[in-house]
Amino acid sequence: MSIDLTSHPRLAPGCRMNEKTQQPRTLLMPERALRLNGPSLEIVERCDGKHTVQQIITELQQLYSQADPTKVESDILGYLALLQKERALDFES
Amino acid sequence: MTSTIANPLALIAELTHRCPLHCVYCSNPLELTQRSTELSTEDWSRVFQEAAALGVLQADFTGGEPLTRPDILDLIRAARSAGLYVNLITSGLPLDEPRLEALVAAGLDHFQLSFQGAREEIAQEISGAKAHPQKLRVLEWLKRHRVAVTLNFVIHRRNIDQLPEMLALAESSSASRVEFANVQYYGWAFANRDSLLPTREQLTQSIDFLKKAQERLAGKIKVEYVVPDYYAKYPKPCMGGWGRKLMLITPNGDALPCHAARVIPGLTFDNVKDRALREIWEESEAFQKFRGESWMQEPCKTCDRRALDFGGCRCQALLLAADATATDPVCSLSPQRSKVDAILNAIALVGAQAEACATKEPSIGSDAPMASESLTKPDWLYRPNPA
Repeated sequence: MSIDLTSHPRLAPGCRMNEKTQQPRTLLMPERALRLNGPSLEIVERCDGKHTVQQIITELQQLYSQADPTKVESDILGYLALLQKERALDFES
Repeated sequence: MTSTIANPLALIAELTHRCPLHCVYCSNPLELTQRSTELSTEDWSRVFQEAAALGVLQADFTGGEPLTRPDILDLIRAARSAGLYVNLITSGLPLDEPRLEALVAAGLDHFQLSFQGAREEIAQEISGAKAHPQKLRVLEWLKRHRVAVTLNFVIHRRNIDQLPEMLALAESSSASRVEFANVQYYGWAFANRDSLLPTREQLTQSIDFLKKAQERLAGKIKVEYVVPDYYAKYPKPCMGGWGRKLMLITPNGDALPCHAARVIPGLTFDNVKDRALREIWEESEAFQKFRGESWMQEPCKTCDRRALDFGGCRCQALLLAADATATDPVCSLSPQRSKVDAILNAIALVGAQAEACATKEPSIGSDAPMASESLTKPDWLYRPNPA
């Protein structure tokens, strides 16, 4: 179940964020909800089928330039793996 | 008004008790709500608005069969425009493909389809209706529409040996999640319990099989298994705790902490037609009844696990121990656990008899029953359709 860095993650059918006006921002799924804070919100917003996994990593490393880039990468891959396990993401080629 | 009670996360909208099926495991109460007393579209719309304002994230449209509501599209739209995520818990009847398309277009997020088995024969026996072919049609239509799909197989002694077939059916579908949910013993299931509980051996085999399936399908299909808590060591944290995470609205608008709460004597339930949802959640007698720990008896009162499982299920304590404040008797620490063990021993005997019959010919004069348990249809109590 390893993640292909060149694939394009997209939120799976029935997996979506709540409205922009609703706080806290939350990822809604069948029988599960995940609160989205800064980094996780940035990741999920980029799961639009247009960003590759590598692009998400690169963009967040720039956004969180103070953080250790290796840790940013492993945190992102870990979070994507969690969403994959929940079947919240489709990884498109 | 400030409150230290956390907001509910989900609203269980029991839209109707009408249903084309008569499942012997139904968790609806034995006394079903009449159609004439059902809430209107406007009532429900207001409830959805109030729920969202209260912090609720998800609405579960259930019943009975929610698709029997002629206003189901309006209800989905109302819940979505209130800001809720909409789950539909359905048998797949009555439905055709244009109607499914309309449900999705109206904003349905998640379609959870029930199955009574993988074979038509057992499905018909358990549901008392010829519904299985329709469910297979729905599976085909779902492949063509963009909605989250979960298949929910209700598991019990009569179909637990067919898990491989049920899993294969799930794998051939577009479902991203499949739940194998052992019957929980309330309502009609409680009445039919002795014909439904699996044997310990059946349960162990099923856990082994599904654990392997979970690993094999990880990332492709999320496989979930709910076991019957009579076999557990500790009780389930029922509903995430009384009045903590969920509120249920019955077809006529009564607000309950769970679907079985009416079995508990002396509880009065507020109705959404008379009182605002926030007030009901925070102040109603029924919701306050088992919040906190002051109601607990020993061993719960001083137990290390009391913040984990809240002493288990109040309704189950009532059903098995005749006392809603008692430790849930399925708990190994309950002084009444032997009641549950006695039930399981009786099930084991039935299972052993079935095994014996399956492996030998009964001879004239033998003591073995003439027909194996698996061949004889139990004397089911079927759920009727309310007027």
